[in-house]
Amino acid sequence: MPKDQAIESVLVIGSGPIVIGQACEFDYSGVQACRVLREEGIRVILINSNPATIMTDPEFADATYIEPITPEIIEKILEIEKPSAVLATLGGQTALNAAMALHERGAFEKFNTKLIGANVEAIKRGEDREIFKGIVAKIGGESALSRICHSMSDCISAADELNYPVVVRPSFTMGGLGSGIAFNQSELELIAGAGLRHSPTNEVLLEESILGWKEYELEVMRDHRDNVVIVCSIENIDPMGVHTGDSITVAPALTLTDVEYQKLRDLSIEIIREVGVDTGGCNIQFAVNPTNGRVIVIEMNPRVSRSSALASKATGFPIAKIATKLAVGYTLDEIQNDITKSTPASFEPTLDYIVVKVPRFAFEKFPEADPRLTTTMKSVGEAMAIGRSFGEALQKALRSVEKKGASFSWVKEGESREELLTKIGIPTEWRLQQVQRALWLGATIDEVHAITKIDPWFLAQIAMINGLANEIVAEPVLTPEFFTKIKSSGFSDIQIAALRGTNELAIRAERNALGLKPVFKTVDTCAAEFEAHTPYHYSSYDTETEVLSRAKPAVIILGSGPNRIGQGLEFDYSCVHAAFALRDAGYETVMINCNPETVSTDYDTSDRLYFEPLTLEDVLEVIRAETAAGPVLGVIAQLGGQTPLGLARGLLDAGVKILGTSPDAIDLAEDRGEFGRILQENGLTAPKYGLARSYEEAVAVAAEISYPVLVRPSFVLGGRGMEIVYDDESLRGFIQKATEITPNQPVLIDRFLDDAIEIDVDALFDGNELFLAGTMEHIEEAGVHSGDSACVLPSMSLSPQKLAEVRAATEKIARGVGVRGLINIQFAISRAEKDGALYVLEANPRASRTVPFVSKATGIQLAKAASLIAMGKTIAELRSENFLPSAGDGIAVGVSVKEAVLPWNRFRRTDGMGVDSVLGPEMRSTGEVMGIAETFGEAYAKSQVASFGALPLSGTVFLSLSERDKAPSVEPARALVNLGFTLYTTAGTQKLLSENGVASTLVRKNSEPGEGLSAVDIINTSMVDLVINTPLGRGTRHDGWLIRTASVQRGIPIITTIAGFKAAVSGITALRAHDFSVKSLQKWQKLVK
Amino acid sequence: MSNAYLVLDDGTIFQGSSWAATGETFGEAVFSTGMTGYQETLTDPSYHKQIVIMTSPHIGNTGMNDFDMESDRIWVAGFVVRNPSPRVSNWRSGYSLEDALIKSGVVGIQGVDTRAITRHLRDRGAMRVGIFSGTELSRDEMVIKVRGSEQMSGAFLAKDVTTPKKYVVGVPKGVEKKFIVAALDLGIKRATPRSMAQRGIEVHVFPIDATSDEIMSINPDGLFISNGPGDPATMTATVALVREFLTKSIPIFGICFGHQILGRALGFNTYKLPFGHRGINQPVKNIKTSKVEITAHNHGFAVAAPIEGNFATVFGSGFVSHICLNDGVVEGLELLERPAFSVQYHPEAAAGPHDAQYLFDHFAEMMAKSSASRGAHA
Repeated sequence: MPKDQAIESVLVIGSGPIVIGQACEFDYSGVQACRVLREEGIRVILINSNPATIMTDPEFADATYIEPITPEIIEKILEIEKPSAVLATLGGQTALNAAMALHERGAFEKFNTKLIGANVEAIKRGEDREIFKGIVAKIGGESALSRICHSMSDCISAADELNYPVVVRPSFTMGGLGSGIAFNQSELELIAGAGLRHSPTNEVLLEESILGWKEYELEVMRDHRDNVVIVCSIENIDPMGVHTGDSITVAPALTLTDVEYQKLRDLSIEIIREVGVDTGGCNIQFAVNPTNGRVIVIEMNPRVSRSSALASKATGFPIAKIATKLAVGYTLDEIQNDITKSTPASFEPTLDYIVVKVPRFAFEKFPEADPRLTTTMKSVGEAMAIGRSFGEALQKALRSVEKKGASFSWVKEGESREELLTKIGIPTEWRLQQVQRALWLGATIDEVHAITKIDPWFLAQIAMINGLANEIVAEPVLTPEFFTKIKSSGFSDIQIAALRGTNELAIRAERNALGLKPVFKTVDTCAAEFEAHTPYHYSSYDTETEVLSRAKPAVIILGSGPNRIGQGLEFDYSCVHAAFALRDAGYETVMINCNPETVSTDYDTSDRLYFEPLTLEDVLEVIRAETAAGPVLGVIAQLGGQTPLGLARGLLDAGVKILGTSPDAIDLAEDRGEFGRILQENGLTAPKYGLARSYEEAVAVAAEISYPVLVRPSFVLGGRGMEIVYDDESLRGFIQKATEITPNQPVLIDRFLDDAIEIDVDALFDGNELFLAGTMEHIEEAGVHSGDSACVLPSMSLSPQKLAEVRAATEKIARGVGVRGLINIQFAISRAEKDGALYVLEANPRASRTVPFVSKATGIQLAKAASLIAMGKTIAELRSENFLPSAGDGIAVGVSVKEAVLPWNRFRRTDGMGVDSVLGPEMRSTGEVMGIAETFGEAYAKSQVASFGALPLSGTVFLSLSERDKAPSVEPARALVNLGFTLYTTAGTQKLLSENGVASTLVRKNSEPGEGLSAVDIINTSMVDLVINTPLGRGTRHDGWLIRTASVQRGIPIITTIAGFKAAVSGITALRAHDFSVKSLQKWQKLVK
Repeated sequence: MSNAYLVLDDGTIFQGSSWAATGETFGEAVFSTGMTGYQETLTDPSYHKQIVIMTSPHIGNTGMNDFDMESDRIWVAGFVVRNPSPRVSNWRSGYSLEDALIKSGVVGIQGVDTRAITRHLRDRGAMRVGIFSGTELSRDEMVIKVRGSEQMSGAFLAKDVTTPKKYVVGVPKGVEKKFIVAALDLGIKRATPRSMAQRGIEVHVFPIDATSDEIMSINPDGLFISNGPGDPATMTATVALVREFLTKSIPIFGICFGHQILGRALGFNTYKLPFGHRGINQPVKNIKTSKVEITAHNHGFAVAAPIEGNFATVFGSGFVSHICLNDGVVEGLELLERPAFSVQYHPEAAAGPHDAQYLFDHFAEMMAKSSASRGAHA
């Protein structure tokens, strides 16, 4: 049966900001959904609060609402747009939860619409653990023995029945939030306590431990005619006990016989039928006892998931796209397989390659966090690699995560075998590398298996890699046969060089002299049974290449690699835009990236896709293959963040043309001396700074600049390792860490501007003309990383003169550096004086994190324009072609506020307490939201609702402020009292407020002796609705930390800067005056034109 | 590890390393796309005289066990893999794949670009091939030897794989015995009688040369015609036997080779596919229900029957009950006036999905109806 004609318009619910457990895979799925719906002639209405997504580009929907994803707001949209149906299965758990809330409120009936994709009953059956267990039992499967608990006493008695360790799983949370393994009662109290709070239904499940069992996941699709296919099987190398999102995984499953695999397949099909997912995809997880094959069904997600994105990229079967087609009425056999063009989608992909996914973690950003991997997901991104053997795929994946120490190494120094054997007992980010070294140092496969439960098959493969490494050392010369063998086991030139005591260039030269290069195979869903029409390639050291020759000139776009804090979706957005713009301009677009979650790695985004690690060697090989296939104009490296930028110099040295801003210009902006000279020549000022390569040099520089100073390693993104340092002693500690982050690079030491407004500018420059897209004002003061600071566009407090000064400075810098494309500059304006001095903090001649935000706020597609400038277009031409306004700079419509989303609730210290949530110069946010409205107050309030949940409109606020922040807090505190709020304060704050006639109730600091309620008590007993706590002095003082961690764990909104406090008060005031208004981006942008 | 060569009829040579038994072997080159189930494939008699190329890059991971044998020996003429496993990992495993191949004298080759070979066969069609491992022949000598080997078209192979004497697969404990079926063994897989036995069918497996009288002596409720190797056009005696049973109105069920034989008995031709269907992911549409089943395939020949509407045969009208959605090949036949049906694919799976197991129920229902009507006549 073809499309359901009754569906004329569909509201697609997105997944909101990028958080741990819910990342840009839902942008990928949402984009596919929007495309499919529009191809079907269906009007698409979209809600998503995340401006960095491709799906919120106005051309992907007919009405795009960048609004908080709450049932209240969705109801307003339903009222305005009256969609015939709502699609909530492609927006992760956020969308599913929103749909369930809408159902509870009767919104579907009220607005005469319906849910498509999965019905409410199926969602409940899939997500409610007790019902799901019943289903598993009914179809003859087994679940882990378990008990449902609603209170701590339930939990304690259940654990006694099940025996420790027990697994705690809260209901209706995503990414395993709040779950963990408790080995004793005190751990249980901690984990289950958090779980009960995180679960919207205050429900947790306790179950028998199946730690160490083999873990599998099957991606299943079903249509309304009950045709079911398994798209992909995924096996976790890390056995049960580590969240799937944090596990190294492989596709297809490699250690099951057909009999065992078919058992999982049969169970999956029975489950999807019984749960009643009528159309669409779901994933089902299994544990298999390695000693007897007993199968336990763990859980299902009745929606498209992170694993679905991985499975789509791993197989070439576009799950989200197909799920959307099924939702509007098609059956699997009516849908064509895009890749073969001749066979239907009603089949099961078969792989003739191995896919390995490796998660990327950010523990370095949270040094106090417990590094153990558990059933709560903690990774912030992932890289995927494809090879013709497990070794090749694994080693490619490890170098794709772009983290020092991730690739296997064989240096003599380091931990002993015994130390390693102890360490591998506890899963951490580095366990696989420890396993590899332990095996290399002589541990047996059986020994390592006994400790880690990692399947011996994988261990044998790693042992084989170790054996080859020893041979690389021992071989007198690398014969062509041996060279091929090691390359086809995934060894990089760098690894071979390290083993042979030479350098990468020498090995490459040796390899090139032998004519040894990888071939490029195709991901085709069918193991070559049918011809593939989609150039989705991966490299392998094998014999036959499949790259087709072409006549059209190609542009190669380098993606941004795995998501990490500081380099995420925003950069993929820019790369995708370049691919679209350049394809439209008549170029053949070639994308290189290794992040399976992204839109850029969709085989539809570019003309050719290479799923490859973003290292010099791998990129050069793609360029070699493409150059052999046809003309290559060059490489665009300025859009994917630091990853491609870091490759630009090496590519240039290898004779590759870098399009747009040259590597020399990039280096110029990074080199403090050179850049300082440009500033000086143009009459611009930077805060005093210095460079140091040692502790002694650093102390001298700091003495000259005077403390406090801002210190950071050079060539990093996201403020990695950046700190504000107040004395020589902390400087020493910093220098040690910094040299680990970027060895061979100097450390930058800047004067820290206390009390300044920070400004972020995104602009285009073509060598002649400047187009200033937006001047954003940070809400938090300087010292908070720009990525973690909320910001507003247009700027709220700068005078027209100051804005003109900013523009003039931007133009001078762009010209001085030699930008051809995008530039982002951070300025600070001192608040110490009126109309204070303008300082240039840094300039980045590349796409910034704020490009998508500015694009959404102004309606100008900056990344597209930048990619065309890189190809030689002028801004004047872009103006005449309507890419840019015919005259003038970018104008923001309404007021747009960007707010960062922080992952505090994911991390705990080893003592089980939370990590500190105070903001600082090192970026720690995982994502962002945008609020757009007529006024700052409303826009800010929207951004808060979208990022943290609702601001309280009445109730109680607790204030505990640092000395510096006390005075500025008087007026916002008074405003709260006038709005009817009750205030609780600690002693100092209370004193100042009462002197100014603002009444508050005194609460004891936890460090103060005495009776009565302490600060933490009132938070833990939910007596407060909002917490304002700015850090007391410097360093983590215990009281502030206790307050902040308690708030995070209780899920109470907490603000840690005075600027944030002021903004929150204006938000609350705006919301009290009138309810949120909603307006689509398309309507906003009509206002400009 | 010495060099080994995979030499194709058209002169193409792929160099790899020796693996499993050494020596030389010849057969028809076929590729199988299943990601699991190499043990079942190796022991499936339908692969007799075929050299199987596995598209899945790692083979041997789970070793070999005593439970997943589809017959009592390995049948393939040669085995081509990219990365054999250095270690076996599975709780049921008894021994390694390479040991099993060596014990059976099966010549293998490893380290070849199996995807390139697959693409070659896909584009040029199935062809004769040889593996030369540890031999000292020139390239020309090897090609000449391959060109001198036996062709699959016109090959009568079922005689090599059939059981030497009749045996019975009884219903398992706790299952009620409902029917007796005579199964003609042209290369039967163990999973087939097992699937029937689970449904209360006692299966008497007959050798290929069983006469009609011998079969009738067990008073069967149904006749089953198994899968097997070779060209169906060579099966004239079996086709004649099936025609005889069609006139008796005893329910008939054929799988794979058995389906081709039923097709020929009904008067259709069989033809060689360019490169065949071998895998466990093939979408087949059931014309009656419009549902798609994911199925296991292993066939190089197919039946030429009209897909649209009903067709007429000397045994009454019938229709194509199943087609392959990938290429429209006939995958099932069913008669309307007589109880006979067949499928080109493998409902018994092993290896492969269990989506088509309902066909054994269909056979049982057909026998129930038939015995009820015979009962009425009696």
